[in-house]
Amino acid sequence: MHRIDLIVIGGSAGALEVLLELMPQLPAELLAPIAIVLHQKPTQPSLVPQLLARACSRAVREPEDKEPLARGTVYVAPPNYHMLIERGGTIALSVDEPVHFSRPSIDVLFESAADALGRGVVGLVLSGSNPDGAEGLHRIAAAGGVALVQAPATAAHAVMPEAAARRVGALAHAQAHALAPREVAPFLSRLAGQEPLPSPLT
Amino acid sequence: MQPADVELGLLLDAIYRAYHYDFRAYAEASLRRRIQTALGHFQCPTISRLQERILREPAVFGELLRFLTVQVSDMFRDSIYFRALRDIAVPYLTTYASLKVWVAGCATGEEAYSLAILLHEAGLLERTQIYATDINPESLRTARAGIYDASRCARFGESYLAAGGRASLADYYTVAYDAAVMDRRLKQAIVFSDHSLATDSVFSEVQLVSCRNVLIYFQKELQDRALGLLADSLSRRGFLGLGTKESLRFSPLAATFTECAPDARLYRKL
Repeated sequence: MHRIDLIVIGGSAGALEVLLELMPQLPAELLAPIAIVLHQKPTQPSLVPQLLARACSRAVREPEDKEPLARGTVYVAPPNYHMLIERGGTIALSVDEPVHFSRPSIDVLFESAADALGRGVVGLVLSGSNPDGAEGLHRIAAAGGVALVQAPATAAHAVMPEAAARRVGALAHAQAHALAPREVAPFLSRLAGQEPLPSPLT
Repeated sequence: MQPADVELGLLLDAIYRAYHYDFRAYAEASLRRRIQTALGHFQCPTISRLQERILREPAVFGELLRFLTVQVSDMFRDSIYFRALRDIAVPYLTTYASLKVWVAGCATGEEAYSLAILLHEAGLLERTQIYATDINPESLRTARAGIYDASRCARFGESYLAAGGRASLADYYTVAYDAAVMDRRLKQAIVFSDHSLATDSVFSEVQLVSCRNVLIYFQKELQDRALGLLADSLSRRGFLGLGTKESLRFSPLAATFTECAPDARLYRKL
């Protein structure tokens, strides 16, 4: 059994479809907050939170700056902002330079999450056609967290999960897995021991 | 505590003592990321090594400052904000014989020029003094020059129209080679100067403060200090503009402002 404090998910082209499939399958007992970065055009407002909210029974929103992570809640990085996790378990936003031409960037979220919550983090890199997320997933694995990628054969664009798998693969003893979208929910259930876990955050 | 955490605290102390720039109450996650990037740039294996260099070599500190502050901003970022300014703030500002506007944390100046354009189109620029402040002298130099990469103008132009612009953004700059130079009339209305929300105090009474995506870099206490400064500098019934993901909701000052438009993050002092 692995205590999950936070699930971070990143993706680009072809990732929204996977999320819409994945979110309703997540076990209701899984109460860890979920933070998502999707590369999108930097125009407000984004439709992603609405689409995800319709697909699952969780609260889904773009966070305000300094919002504390809450159980059962899904946070989607707002267009044109990086989303980071602070050590106190709050969300921070920034307008720092794009990373891999992207703001929000997956690396920025994943690296800060690994730094803030260490082995309590599960990271998942989905379909996409740029290497954003590889460095971040590596940091999660290096901090003792769980590193997941969408099995590249199942991804509409395999560059992103392949780059992440390659980067993490270089790490000995890492908890790393490539999963088809339908395997993710069962994997997380097993990982969490199917117990409703008290989260240390809020 | 990890060695790097101790080192980060020491570095910020050193910067404050040697150069009087106060990053000690900045939000940590993005600060750590910036320092990490700087370590790579300066080829320093540890933060301690970087600290030694900035203490011995002031030029290195000047360069580090570039990593510690935001270097690029946008014109007419968030159309909803500029539309609210046009529709809600301008009619009220028109009643003043002379106006003062403060862009706090102006970085390289794009937002200050955007406001100047908006005020020009409202017929208010001639009687307005815009103060645009930042802590980074290099950013202020760029802002003062008002010269931007021409490749960014297409996107600026789209944002300008989305924000309700009444002409063409190209009317406000001239292009020479690959640089866009902002119009002299706009530049003349703006005074760019050094000011820190962390260490300085109120310097003028203004009718509008625009301080967007600056507070997100501060921890709570520094946010409260900065908001206090902004509130104190506003005249009664003056306007305060924040970033679209910033709000007064958790601030002790929430009760002294009303929200003008729900998502625009434009507030009005009571």
